[in-house]
Parts: sequence; structure tokens; C-alpha cells
Amino acid sequence: MSPLAFDIAHMFAGGLVLVSFMMLYQDRLLPLINVLSLHSLLLALSVAWQANVQDKPDLYVTAVIALGFKSIIIPMALRRMVVRMELHREIEVAVGTGMTMLLGVGLVALSMDLMLRVTAGASALAREDVALALSVVLLGLLMMVTRRNAVSQVIGFMSIENGLILAGTGARGMPLVVEISVAFSILIAFIVIGIFLFRIRERFDTVDLHALDRFRGERR
Amino acid sequence: MPTVLACIAGLFGVSALSLILIRQRAAAPIVYGACLAISLALCAIAVLSIGQAPSQTVLPLGLPWLGAHFRLDPLACAFLAIINFGGASASLYALGYGRHEAEPRRVLPFYPAFLAAMNLVVVAADAYSFLFAWELMSLASWALVMAHHRQAKTAYAGFVYLIMASLGTFALLFAFGLLAGAHGDYTFEAIRAHHLAPGLAGLALVLAVVGAGSKAGLVPLHVWLPLAHPAAPSHVSALMSGVMTKVAIYAFIRIAFDLMGTPAWWWSLPALLLGGVTAAIGVLYALMETDLKRVLAYSTIENVGIIFIAAGLALAFKASGYAGAAALALTAALFHGLNHMLFKSTLFFGAGTVIVATGKQDMEQLGGLIHRMPVSSAAFLAASMAISALPPFNGFASEWLIFQSILVSPQLPQMGLKLLVPAIGVLLALAAAFAAACFVRAFGTTYLGRVRTDAAAKAIEADRWSLAAMLICAALCLAVGVLPGIVIDWLQPAATALVAGHMPPQASIPWLSIVPVSASRSSYNGLLLFGFVVASASLAAMTVHRFASRTVRRAPFWDCGYPGLGVVAQYSATSLAQPIRRVFATVAFAAQEQVEMPPPGDKRPAVLRRFLRDPVWDFMYAPIASAVGTSATLLNHIQFLTIRRYLSFVFVALVFLLVFLALWG
Repeated sequence: MSPLAFDIAHMFAGGLVLVSFMMLYQDRLLPLINVLSLHSLLLALSVAWQANVQDKPDLYVTAVIALGFKSIIIPMALRRMVVRMELHREIEVAVGTGMTMLLGVGLVALSMDLMLRVTAGASALAREDVALALSVVLLGLLMMVTRRNAVSQVIGFMSIENGLILAGTGARGMPLVVEISVAFSILIAFIVIGIFLFRIRERFDTVDLHALDRFRGERR
Repeated sequence: MPTVLACIAGLFGVSALSLILIRQRAAAPIVYGACLAISLALCAIAVLSIGQAPSQTVLPLGLPWLGAHFRLDPLACAFLAIINFGGASASLYALGYGRHEAEPRRVLPFYPAFLAAMNLVVVAADAYSFLFAWELMSLASWALVMAHHRQAKTAYAGFVYLIMASLGTFALLFAFGLLAGAHGDYTFEAIRAHHLAPGLAGLALVLAVVGAGSKAGLVPLHVWLPLAHPAAPSHVSALMSGVMTKVAIYAFIRIAFDLMGTPAWWWSLPALLLGGVTAAIGVLYALMETDLKRVLAYSTIENVGIIFIAAGLALAFKASGYAGAAALALTAALFHGLNHMLFKSTLFFGAGTVIVATGKQDMEQLGGLIHRMPVSSAAFLAASMAISALPPFNGFASEWLIFQSILVSPQLPQMGLKLLVPAIGVLLALAAAFAAACFVRAFGTTYLGRVRTDAAAKAIEADRWSLAAMLICAALCLAVGVLPGIVIDWLQPAATALVAGHMPPQASIPWLSIVPVSASRSSYNGLLLFGFVVASASLAAMTVHRFASRTVRRAPFWDCGYPGLGVVAQYSATSLAQPIRRVFATVAFAAQEQVEMPPPGDKRPAVLRRFLRDPVWDFMYAPIASAVGTSATLLNHIQFLTIRRYLSFVFVALVFLLVFLALWG
């Protein structure tokens, strides 16, 4: 592999970690959704580059899914929900931003240290990719833990998933990457639906939609 | 071998058929009739093929890379015969008894499956099929225990049974895992070829004793047995007590004698110690109990202990190279297993007829049934004599063989065993004496004396099928006791295959005697003894009738000068056991008695209360149960956290593991 190809792959993966930090820092919802969109865009670029480098055209499917579904459709849907629920003015952090960033730096250091040691035998590209992917996953998890809002938890979960796909595409020879990414996308859809069902339950103590009807004063 | 598997498949087929027929009135006779036929066929196959070379079949079932291995060797044949004779007699009994079943739908589908699963355990030749069949057996019998689920305490019995059955399967799972090693080949052939280090072998043996012992009812793993066996319908109780405990003993013998290879002498210790304690404590429990079926269940525990003692002796002899003595002890174990199946089935059938006839299960509410139920009481009496090891019945023959093997034990080189085995022998003798007392009490309170309740006074004799099953089993108790040599010779291939020795061939010994080691040492002639018992008893009866009056006179009983003594003044089950309770149970069960005397002038009757504590429950299970309860209460609030908290747990655990790996990886 040419040094240039390696550097570009490294840049995209490192960029993902950087955008993850932006997510941790961002405490308003609408900009956070924009950051997610950027995160998924970077993932799509990274996967497409991997497809190019590894000569695996099926990875383009994953890239297109990342771009279309996660970078455009879901952020748009989330934005609509946030606006409709009038959450876009809320600022919410459970733990202070500075503290979270520090923790994030520690997690990245941990995953670098661990992964570079564990994967000593693998190719350089795979090692860097896996180490950065683990950082993205841990940062996403940290984000889910530190936020209270359901929407930002969905965003955290999606960034975890982005990290997993990054790891899957970076490691050469991993089977079923495309299928796994499709399956994860469906899972995300279910989680988004699930979160909103939870919200309904929290508000009305039931997921029975008749409760909504009753609440709105409708009669049958 | 294919015939055996076809028969087992047939039993599963009957189980499926019963689901179709469930609403028909004819379902019960069809199901039990089919079970009877198939069990008889399997029993015949087992009896005929014990001396033949092992045959093996591999079916493409179960795990794809393993398949299901089945093997018919002499040991499997011996236990197949026990299982299927018990199954056949229980099915015959159920042809009549099953008509009284309130909810046959809860029994019929599971009964054939239970029989099939027990057969499958015995012929399985890889760990996966074995455990699958074992668990199927547990679940089918659990469903049968829960048949009368509306009765009080049945649900509790089922719950305890389920927990203990899971524990046993769990232990066996690990035992097989240890025995097979890391290479992942779970056929019994591979396990035989794999040899373990002594420490691991000891661990595997302990796990096997826990696994098999919890199913067989070894003290202290017996707690479920006296709850679950009586809760089931009586023909199922007979199967569980007479047959399923034998399947558990099969599991122990298969693992300890066959799969684990050459034994070390200390392998015999768990079986000997637990067996001795089980034999003595089990029957002591039985003596404290007044529920007829629970008495029988506790007596099963005792007999399991006796069989384990014999198996432990065989292990010790085998380890020290005394092949003949090992064959003697192992034959005695198998023989006692067979005998226990015969008489315990009869006894449970008898208990079932009593329950059908009177609706009572407590001996204190029965009495005098010998007049109303003469035939079944005769069968019950014969089986009681057999289980009390009275000659010329079969119980004596097998227990005598066990004592003979104990008498050979001074030859053992290990000092520990030299001291231990005679002590075990003392426990065994104690257990035998207790068993006699226990069955004098059971038979006497249930069938003799005056009738205690109206329900008992209205009892009627059982139907023909039930009586046929009881009489056949009781007659076999006598026949096997009179001619034990035939059975001993028949069992020899099984013993020879496991310990590479054999007893002297009994068929060649004149006058149908049996000789355990050599003729100069000891011999027993059941036929002679039977002849003597018959001759002396008839002579005495004839003399009495000839020289005294022939007529039967009925007169008022002697009331010691206190007129108007009611039926409560006669001996009861509790009062018969009082001497033994005072002597032995004050130590074993912390038994206490308390007399409440009303003050003078008060007309209330005095009350005698007795208190018993179960040490096994108090010291072993109660702490575990309370620990589980406490920790469940402590952990309960974790059930009600927010999603964020749960995520934090996952996050912290993940980071902790990563840090752990980074620091020490």
C-alpha cells in the first residue's frame, strides 16, 4: 500500500475521533445533529476510500448507506422531531463539559495503548484503524452515559455504530461487513422508534396509543 | 440396537398419539397398553442380549458435528431390564389405576415420554445425548409431579424438584466437560481414552456424585425426593422411586467404573460415606413420617444408600485389584437395584390402591384395611417383608451379598478402608433393622388393627389390573429370593465388563445354592429356607387347628379394665416409632416431646406434642435459601434504574476490563 493511501485513511479515521470530541463538547441539540451528520459523512468518505484501496466494490454500498441514511435522512428526521417537540432551545449536560473532554482524552489514550499492543501482528492500516475505531466507540458510549436527553443518546449510539463500521471496513478480510452495516442501520431505526415509544410511556405510563387519544380528548 | 431405538421412538410416538387422543375416553387404556407392550418388548431384548457383544449406532441427530451415539452393552442391558420391567408393571397397574385419574390430560402425554427418556439415558453413548436424555427425563418427571397441581404443596414440591434437578444436570455437565478434556470430542469412546490428572479426576468424581446423587436422593441432596415422589400419581411414584433412582445410579456406575478408567482407592470414599449416611438417615426419616407415600419415598433414599455402599465397595476392590470381590460387590449393587424396583413398585402400587379406596394418605387415618382389601394387603405384606430383608424374599438375597462383600473387605490393603468399611457395615445393619421396624409400622398401621376413620371403613378392593400388577411383582420378589442364582448369573456380563472379574457361576452349584466367593466361606440356599419356612409354618398352623378349635371366635378385646376405649387408644404410627424417636432422633433430628397437662378439674385432654428439626434443611438449605433471598432483595433496586444508569454500568465494566487488559494483558 502506498504511503499516501495510508495517510489518507489515517486522516479520515483520525477525523472521526476529532468529530467525536466535537460531539462531546456540543451541548445544544440542533448543532449536535449537524455534528452527527458530519460524523457520518466522514465515515462514508473513509469507507469509500477503503473500498478504493482494498479493491472491494461492495464496500461502496456501505459508504452509500452511511452517506444517505445516516448522514442525511436520520439527521433530518431527528431535526424535525427536535423542532416539533420544542427541544431545540434546551441545553443539557449531566457532567461538566471539561470533565467529559478530559475523560474522553483518557479513553482515547487507553484504547491507543491497548490496541497497538494487542494487534502487534496486524498490518499498519488495520492497527491504526482498529485503535481509532475503539476510541470512537468509547467516546460514543461516554456521550450516551453523560447525556440525559433521548435524542442525544440516539446520536451517541449512532456514533458508536459508526465506530464499529470503521473497524469492520478497516480490517481487511472481515466477512459480511456490508450486511452487518445494513443490519445496524435497521437496528438504529428500531432504536429511534423505541426511544420515542419510551418517551410516550414516560409521559403516559403506557405505550398503548389509545392513551394518546384519551389525552387529546378524542372519543370513539 | 436398532430394535431398541425403534422401541424408544415408539414410546415417543405414543406420547404424540396421546396428544391426539387426549379428549377420548379410550385414551388412557390405549396409551398404557401401548407402553406395556413396548416396555415388555424392550425388557425381553435387554434380558436376552446382556451376554452379547456391545453394538453401537450413530444417528445424525443432535449436534451436527457430533451426531447421536447409542450403545447397547451389558451394563446398559441390565438397567434396561430394570427400567422396562418397572415401566411394564407400572403401565399394567395404570390400566386400572389410571381410571381414577382426575385430569388424565396432565399425565398421559408425559408418561410415555418419561419412559422413553429413561431408556434413552441408558443407551446414550455420548455426553450430549446423555445429558439431553437426562434433562428430558427430569422435565417429563417434573411434569408428572405437577399433575395434581391444585393440591397443596405440589407446586412447592415441583419447585424444589426443578431446582435440584437443575443442580444435578449442571454438575453432570461439568463432570462430562472435565472428563472429555479440551479437545471437544464428547463420545464415550473418546472420554474413555482420555486420562485425567488425580486432582481433576477427584473433582470429576465429586461432580458425578453430586449429579447422580441429587437425582438418586443421596443425603444431603435428597430434599426434593420425599416431596416430589409422593406428589405424583402412584404409578408415576413407583416409576420415580423404583426406576428413575436406578437411572441415576446407572449414571454414577457408568462414570465411575467405565468412563473414568482405572480407579484410585480413594474414589470409593464419597460413595461409601454418603451411602452409609444415606442408608441410616433415610430410613430414620421414614420412621418419623406418617404419610404412607412419604414413608416409601424415604425408604427409597435408604435403598439408594445401600446400593451406593455396594458400588463404593466395588470401586475399592477394583482399585486394589480384587476383581472377584469387586464383581461380587457390583453384582450385589445391581441385584439390589433390581430388587428395589420390584418391591418398591409393589409398595407404591399398594399405597395407590389405598389412596383410591379411602382418599387418605396419612397412616393415622387408615387401619384395618386387611379385611376390606385382602389381596392387595397380601402383596403389600410380601413386598414389606422383601424390603425388610427377610428371607426367603429377594431383599435378603441382595443385602446378604452386600454383607458378604463387606466381610471380604479386611483383605483391602488401605488402612483407612479397613477401618471405614466395617463402620459402614454397622450403619448398613442399623439401616436394615430400622427398615424392618419401618415396614412393620407401615403395614401394621395401615392394614392391621381397628379402622380409624369412616373413609377407611368404606374401602373396597382394587381393580383387577392393579391387583395383577401388584401380585406379579410380589410373586417375583419371592421367586427371585428363592432362586437368586439365576439373576446373579444373568448379571455377570455387566459386572465382568466393568471390573474384569466375575463371581463363581451359580448355575453349576448343586441344590440351587448361591456362593458369593467360595463354598467353604459362605453359601445361601433360598429354596431350602423357603421350604423350611413353608413347612414349619404349615405344621404350626395345622397343629393349632388340629389340636385346638377350628372355629374363628370373635370376642370383646381386653380393655385393661377401662371400658369404652376408642380406636385412638390403639397403637398409632407415631406411638410405634416413639422408642426409636427417643433413642436415635434426639441426636439426629433434635427431636423433643412436650406434654401439656391441663390443670386439675379441667376436662380438656392432655396433649403430647413432638418437635423434629431436619438438620440437612437447617444447616445446608436454609442458609442458602436465605442468602439467595437477601441478595435478591439487595439487588432488587437495580431493576428500577434509568437507561442512562444501565448504560453507565456497561460503560464502566467495559472500561474496567480494558484497563485491566492494558495493565496486566
